Amino acid sequence: MTTRPKFNVVGKDLWRVDGRQLVTGAPAFTDDYPQRNMLIGKILGSPHAHARIKSIDTAKAKALSGVHAVLTYQDVPKTKGPIGRRSDLFNRVPYTRAGQDYPEPSPWDYFLLDDKLRFVGDRVAAVAAESEQIARQALELIEVDYEVLGAVFTPEAALKEGAPVIHDEPDVLNVKDPQHNVCAGVDVQLGDVEAGCTSADVVVEHSYHVQRVQHAQMELHAVISYLDEDDRLVVICSTQVPFHVRRQLSTALGVPVGKIRVIKPRIGGGFGGKQEMVIEDICAALTLASRRPVRMELDRFEDLTAARSRHPMTLKVRTGVKKDGTLTALEMVALVDAGAYGSHSPTVPTNTGNKNLPRYRCPNMHYKFDAIYTNLPVAGAMRGYGTPQGAFALECHIDEVAEAIGMDPVEFRLKTTVRSGDKDELSPRLYEVDSQSADEDDQNVGWAIDSCGLEQCILQGAEAIGWHEKRKAYAEHNAHNPIVRKGIGMVCLSQGSGVAGIDTANATIKLNEDGSVNLLIGAADIGTGGDTVIGQIVAETLGIDLDQVVVYTTDTDIVPFDSGAYASSTTYVSGNAALKAANEVKADILRVAGVMIDKKVADLTLEDHHVVAASGEKLSLKEIAMQAAYVDKEQIEHTASFVSPVSPPPFAAQFADIEVDTETGQINVVAFVSAVDAGTIINPELAAGQVDGAVSMGLGQALIEDLVFDENGHPMNKGLIDYKVFKAKGMPKLQTIFVETYEPTGPYGVKAVAEIPVNGPAPAVANALKHAIGVRLFELPLTPERVLRALGKMSD
Amino acid sequence: MKVEKSTLKLTVNGQQKEFLVLANDRLSDVLRKEGYFGVKTGCYTGDCGTCTVLFNGDPIVCCLMLALQAQGGAVDTVEGMAVGAQLHPIQEAFLDEGAVQCGFCTPGMLLSAQALIHKVPDPSKAQIQEALSGNLCRCTGYERPIRAIQKAARRMKEETA
Repeated sequence: MTTRPKFNVVGKDLWRVDGRQLVTGAPAFTDDYPQRNMLIGKILGSPHAHARIKSIDTAKAKALSGVHAVLTYQDVPKTKGPIGRRSDLFNRVPYTRAGQDYPEPSPWDYFLLDDKLRFVGDRVAAVAAESEQIARQALELIEVDYEVLGAVFTPEAALKEGAPVIHDEPDVLNVKDPQHNVCAGVDVQLGDVEAGCTSADVVVEHSYHVQRVQHAQMELHAVISYLDEDDRLVVICSTQVPFHVRRQLSTALGVPVGKIRVIKPRIGGGFGGKQEMVIEDICAALTLASRRPVRMELDRFEDLTAARSRHPMTLKVRTGVKKDGTLTALEMVALVDAGAYGSHSPTVPTNTGNKNLPRYRCPNMHYKFDAIYTNLPVAGAMRGYGTPQGAFALECHIDEVAEAIGMDPVEFRLKTTVRSGDKDELSPRLYEVDSQSADEDDQNVGWAIDSCGLEQCILQGAEAIGWHEKRKAYAEHNAHNPIVRKGIGMVCLSQGSGVAGIDTANATIKLNEDGSVNLLIGAADIGTGGDTVIGQIVAETLGIDLDQVVVYTTDTDIVPFDSGAYASSTTYVSGNAALKAANEVKADILRVAGVMIDKKVADLTLEDHHVVAASGEKLSLKEIAMQAAYVDKEQIEHTASFVSPVSPPPFAAQFADIEVDTETGQINVVAFVSAVDAGTIINPELAAGQVDGAVSMGLGQALIEDLVFDENGHPMNKGLIDYKVFKAKGMPKLQTIFVETYEPTGPYGVKAVAEIPVNGPAPAVANALKHAIGVRLFELPLTPERVLRALGKMSD
Repeated sequence: MKVEKSTLKLTVNGQQKEFLVLANDRLSDVLRKEGYFGVKTGCYTGDCGTCTVLFNGDPIVCCLMLALQAQGGAVDTVEGMAVGAQLHPIQEAFLDEGAVQCGFCTPGMLLSAQALIHKVPDPSKAQIQEALSGNLCRCTGYERPIRAIQKAARRMKEETA
């Protein structure tokens, strides 16, 4: 492991660069940019889980005063209509709305509008009108005759012989087996799991279920689109992937990329839900149809139930273990509910395996998933990106395995988890299947794990929560059969830092005459503080203060390309691009300074806003910048690109200390400790904030969040009143420990931090629950009803 | 159809204002339309708290209030907290403590905090949790906002002492 050098700006708790605008309520979010003559766009959602439109009549809606556009599948014909008709605007083409690099691995199973509806809330029609009231009235005036089709609401039902085929249209692309509702799947093996089980002393096998949860970010999906004075399409939107939105809009609408400008203002939370073109295409279509600015914002019900959610999964885990704790086989098989469209469904479940299994040392591994279409809302990207589901199954399972051989969960994990110098041999195999573009050589070498602080995470976290004392004390307390039982549980976690070989970032830095710099990056800060930490990386490199870095993100007309904010990539991938550009700018500064004072560049250093020569001469950055601008007539400016061949995993251990009321079944989380190895921490307050937020979201998944549907596929949750997220009251005491390592491939040693802590709360609480009541719950969320059933105090 | 508009007289951040509003306009929509973009909207059902403003000193979710119900009252929005370029101590503390992430719930939280500290100059953690219970936040886990409010309260007490 490389040791960490000393820093000036990196590692400091500086105010976020967008902090002032956010605390003063300055107009900064999508909906804060209203346009003149702006219309309101609304979507007519399907009332049926599976139906075909037999006929649709929009005449009355179009005749309503104040309505400027009504679009249905009839406006998206298979071939373009005669010139002069509305239908000549759009063409039926399949595309994906999943925000991924081209060519997207996800199925291209979406159309702008279709005559088939595949879940309740699916797009039937869209209108643009002069007010929200008129738009809603227009929706009511659209007359639709539906042929209601049979629907399936579980992967098991969708796989049955004779089940209704959800994507029977002939023009979808990239779907594994549409005739059998199979959206995507992977099956990879390392070594021989059967032989591993045969050689084991004990084989443990269980099945786990993870429910459907939703991002519930505070800012709803929002878009404002308009045609500018040059007739270019401008789309201001609440997105994590501005460049992918631009490219996919081009496909969906048939408008060249060069005629589209996507602007990402501040984003009120994304968590993966905005790694998707949820409504940008239909809003922009209304602008093209009406030639007016259109604002579209989902309401909370639509956002919860018709946008994206986490993939529900049923996971079977089988493990072979020797009595001394050596793992001989590790197998995970996931049945995944993709929902009605294939957004992110090849890649999310891939992560379920490759971000979990490789943190254990085991020569024989098997991971398999099948992602199945159902007539339920679309599962997409969500913080953790498939890892939380696998972490719940695997970390609950590891506790069961430890118990089977009579070993303490901490001791067992210390023995079986990976260390610096180990290799992840599973991921390259999964990756190959996942992306096609991975290097053939990866098949043999495996991915080296360089920085790994997992052992220290386990030890320091156990110390902080008081593992050994409490594990014993609580067992004694519970032995007396009290009403309130106590439990303590822990988990180990791993994630990635960006998508290896795929995620790309660029940064442009230009020097101003006063020695400040403009930093132009395509990275999409969605509230994480990405702009701030990348600014800190640049400031550190150029020897200036953070307030001398003017960070500008993200307008596709102005900033260079970036894959976007996902896969925990911003600090690692975009930060690396910024570091590279800053080093190039630094080289120019030293060159100009060297000429000015007649010194060799090798004898110069750049620090504290000055270039200093070994012999003592000193030039301010301002003097150098003025020389470049007005004497040398040169703009010091560089753009650098970065793509990483690896995705160094951050590691973590999390610990939950809980109380369980055996009369009500209520679980109360008293304290929660996260010990995280995210490499170097650039801004400790912001990084710890990422951990806090992820823990509260993870606890929501553990205990209270659940999207539920009736027998016809209608959502039962109507809003935030009955889709519960954690409030200030009820949050446990949170403690975060950073176990700092130095990742040699990261800018100043960083790895990712934003996703990993969301993976652990559910299994940590479930493990603590087992400790408290002696019964394992295999299904999330851990509701009072399920606890009481487990205790035999409530029957079905 | 002629739509009747009425005059709404309101004191916003200490300034007297008159707005022309419809009978069914929500206070949140009127404030945003008049340029108070610090008033956010995340649900329109009073559940998320991003539209929190102070009405006659008390925090309310103004998406649930018809604009005309506010007739003659005083509304404080986040735009009124800073004095010129000088941030309010609660705003500063939020930035010091890393209590701002996406910032969408922040204006509402700041105003809930301001109302609390006005009533209880030295609030306990439990009192802060109670005061923030109407402001949902999906980013911070509330840990740092609570810390920031404690810090701001201490600082404001010292300043007035």
